[in-house]
Amino acid sequence: MSVVFEKPKSLTDAVLHYCPGCTHGIIHRLVAEVIDELGIEGKTIGVAPVGCAVMAYDYFTCDFVQAAHGRAPAVATGVKRSDPSKIVFTYQGDGDLAAIGTAETVHSAARRENITVIFVNNAIYGMTGGQMAPTTLPGQVTQTSPYGRDVETVGYPVKVCELLSNVDGAAYVERVAVNNVKNVKNAKKAIKKAFQNQIEGKGFSLIEVVSTCPTNWGMTPEKALEWVDEKMIPYYPLGVYKDIYAEEEAK
Amino acid sequence: MAKVTFKTDLCKGCSLCVGACPKGIVKLSETKLNAKGHHPAEVTDPEKCIGCAFCATMCPDCVITVER
Repeated sequence: MSVVFEKPKSLTDAVLHYCPGCTHGIIHRLVAEVIDELGIEGKTIGVAPVGCAVMAYDYFTCDFVQAAHGRAPAVATGVKRSDPSKIVFTYQGDGDLAAIGTAETVHSAARRENITVIFVNNAIYGMTGGQMAPTTLPGQVTQTSPYGRDVETVGYPVKVCELLSNVDGAAYVERVAVNNVKNVKNAKKAIKKAFQNQIEGKGFSLIEVVSTCPTNWGMTPEKALEWVDEKMIPYYPLGVYKDIYAEEEAK
Repeated sequence: MAKVTFKTDLCKGCSLCVGACPKGIVKLSETKLNAKGHHPAEVTDPEKCIGCAFCATMCPDCVITVER
């Protein structure tokens, strides 16, 4: 018998602090598996956000920097430009990337910085206790939208992939989900491509992962996965939004 | 013959593995508690396991190792 599945080597033995059923754990593992498979652990530098994933540096065996709220792409820009031989990725939530860090995200994409961004979208502020986020769905109940998000007063959700697909500098933008086995496998493919793009010097790649927050959504973890299928994916359709090298590769 | 091992004390009892198992043989233990106080996941009928690793794919906490 041979081992067909085990914990990737790029994850430490630290116990994840995430709530039961939080898909951050799955996404951490996918990133670590990709780092293992590409053999880049020794030269990878991650940039952790502010949010639930703030302690990502405890969980990955590669080097890590922790950035101020929303500034991970700016910090990653500095790290990558000071040593282009390193592989630099950011790991950010929706409160970090789509709210306070929108400017950094859009401009690092516009400059086609050669970095990889992993964007975890669970439509709520998790760490602070479940407040409304820029990505909260219309009508979704949160701590600060107890009657459901009213788009007349607080506006519409920010669709990051659609937004960045119109930025000329962005090289690769894809939205994936991790709510079932098939989607997890597709998510891994997308994350791997985003890292490979950086190794090949192809420029800014962003992978948006539609994720869950069972605790703040007020659901069991299994119900939360169903909710992703029923509510999140129809509003945030999965797929490749931009791939400037697709035509070249097809030839 | 496939073998699934659980690092029981890491399990948070979220049951994502339970829903992922195509054979329906992964269940949360009704009698055991782990060090965290959760009912950990376990395989009820190891003979039926096909080693597809779907449970491990959905586990957020890397609890499960699969051999085949």
